[in-house]
Amino acid sequence: MSPNRPLRVLAALSGGVDSSVAAARAVDAGHDVTAVHLALAENPQSFRSGARGCCTLEDARDARRVADVLGVPFYVWDLAERFRQDVVDDFVAEYAAGRTPNPCVRCNERIKFAALLDRARALGFDAVCTGHYARLVDGVHGRELHRSVDPGKDQSYVLGVLDAGQLAGALFPLGGSVKTAVREEATRRGLAVAEKPDSHDICFISDGDTAGFLRDRIGDQPGEVIDVSGEPVGRHDGAFAFTVGQRKGLKLDRAPSDGLPRYVLALSPIDRTVTVGRREDLAVTDVRGEHVRWCGPEPAGPFRCAAQVRAHGEEIPAVAERTGEPAAAGSAEPGPSAALAIRFDRPVLGVAPGQAIVLYDGSRVIGSATIAWAGANRVPA
Amino acid sequence: MTAELRREGNPSSLHAAGRRARRVVEESREQVAETFGARPGEVVFTGGGTEADNLAVKGLFWSRRAADPVRRRIVASPVEHHAVLDPLLWLAEHEGAELEWLPVDRLGRVDPGDVAGALGNDPDSVAFVTVMAANNEIGTIEPIGAVAAEAARWNVPLHVDAIAAAGQLPVDFAGSGAATMALTGHKIGGPPGVGALIVARGVQLTPVLHGGGQERDMRSGTLDTPGIAGFAAAAAVAEVELGERSKRMAGLRDALVSAVLEAVPDARLNGDPDPSGRLPGNAHFSFPGCEGDSLLLLLDARGIECSTGSACSAGVSQPSHVLVATGADDDSARASLRFSFGYTSTMGDVRAVADAIGPVVERARGARLASARRA
Repeated sequence: MSPNRPLRVLAALSGGVDSSVAAARAVDAGHDVTAVHLALAENPQSFRSGARGCCTLEDARDARRVADVLGVPFYVWDLAERFRQDVVDDFVAEYAAGRTPNPCVRCNERIKFAALLDRARALGFDAVCTGHYARLVDGVHGRELHRSVDPGKDQSYVLGVLDAGQLAGALFPLGGSVKTAVREEATRRGLAVAEKPDSHDICFISDGDTAGFLRDRIGDQPGEVIDVSGEPVGRHDGAFAFTVGQRKGLKLDRAPSDGLPRYVLALSPIDRTVTVGRREDLAVTDVRGEHVRWCGPEPAGPFRCAAQVRAHGEEIPAVAERTGEPAAAGSAEPGPSAALAIRFDRPVLGVAPGQAIVLYDGSRVIGSATIAWAGANRVPA
Repeated sequence: MTAELRREGNPSSLHAAGRRARRVVEESREQVAETFGARPGEVVFTGGGTEADNLAVKGLFWSRRAADPVRRRIVASPVEHHAVLDPLLWLAEHEGAELEWLPVDRLGRVDPGDVAGALGNDPDSVAFVTVMAANNEIGTIEPIGAVAAEAARWNVPLHVDAIAAAGQLPVDFAGSGAATMALTGHKIGGPPGVGALIVARGVQLTPVLHGGGQERDMRSGTLDTPGIAGFAAAAAVAEVELGERSKRMAGLRDALVSAVLEAVPDARLNGDPDPSGRLPGNAHFSFPGCEGDSLLLLLDARGIECSTGSACSAGVSQPSHVLVATGADDDSARASLRFSFGYTSTMGDVRAVADAIGPVVERARGARLASARRA
């Protein structure tokens, strides 16, 4: 599929500036564009009891306004149930298990480039167009996923879970642009969303209170805060309110004997303990990943790469190697749960299980895994 | 109407421009009354059908309850348009109304015997009855005459939403026995944003809009003279051409129903299969295994405009309360499409649907399976 040939494109319009300009560029490129706004929130609406509404009425209207200006058909698709199952429930379950999930990664993998792309293809569309800041390049590895030219906005990290089949059905018209230029373009095109602020928070937690959202769903799970030396230093209401590497908000009852600041080292939901320690105790050299995804051909043997362990995090030189067995007996393909071992060239601080580790070759994304374990100079038993 | 857009004059004013505008409004009132079998003094102009229904539902409830606080029950068909349904739910939530839903059969039709039963049981506590003339979604014509006779027997007012029926069926307010009847301009070929509530003499309504006391104190607000003139002009044309238009629409509708059922053998026609029991311009189908949204997108891409029914404020399509009331489950309610015929529809339009519907349904079924695959 060449991006130069006119395609039947389903443009996902969130109601924000990026997806609007992306759709406009797809129209300009000569593609046959239909716009769709995804209704992802399940909320009862006034009067019509039991009916499904959305908390994002304003976004839906903004998206419709953009489609009208672009002169393309516009639909609202209700993917709220899938979103709840695949993203929100998963988010809560991951926190409950002591991990720190990235819901945007999950949404791209399961909603935008699965539920949406599958339905789009079945309806005769060639591709789903989004406003992600990442580049698709037809190169020696096939359809390659690369970082955006705007390092501040690059979103290749949250797309590192897409396989070749999904990338073949994706269109990212903003990957070669910087955000400021995209805003200027929105103004020039007369799109009413040009001045809309960027969204940074988790879209389904509208008030930004992640800990409160989790507490409502998991309930209080009080437990002890233990120092790495073994001494109890405080109490907490739920390990889900903490993330590995966190320093603020620990509310320790007593200062550790060495007087140094403490950071969250580990979360153990089974015995409800939160372990804290010194900054240097956060240092990690080895990661085991599960749910391995390749954005193209799987590299053979151990390979050098640059690893990124959180959104907008730094790149760390590393060596990665497949260690797992195929997930399904008799299957020729390694299953998605097969494991990946990554060794960093230098210690890294604050690696949180549940986050994605995305592996790069230059600007190209090789693949990704979900961090299952992180430690220093040893492999897990 | 376009002539009126160039003129000014508030029909409530005493000066020359006001007198001229008032004459236009009053002649329009006479025309609307004539077309729909009412007296001119019974016509209350509103800003459209939703307002007319709100005025009837809230106005009847408040005035009847004010006269006797016992009257809190409202006997209603469950297939009413949202313009009736939502005010009813609002009255129940905020004003202490007790809603009593009439059963409907699988065609969406009310049984006058059930109205008799509901009223016979403590008629003094009933504020009013509301049953539409014909259903806007599945086209079923309701037995308004018999319902009105029951209401009259117990001296309870009946509101009739005739918005979907007007322009397709003869509508005779005096003959219907209704106390109030809602109409709207754009459904009969007039402009949007203007409608009327016909209020029988002697029926008291508490106003929803208070202000200058226009329209017999029932609906305050400066009248939209151009809109009212357009509504009346459309009513005049509809009155003359109704018989011919209905016959032509029914012919197209019957051709479409045959063609769709032939192309998609497991499609189901919703509403009354007897052509005389449904609106001539309405055909409503369920396509098992499809999402209405997918059908809409695929047909739209082929230049065919149809409707899946109502949507929430954000545009998410909802399972139709009408289909649910007829016993359909949520899935088949979502798998539904309505085709409406207007005065400008042609046999060419029918052929376009006939050619497209088979492949479109097949593709929509594939899409439903595809989006469920990785679940």
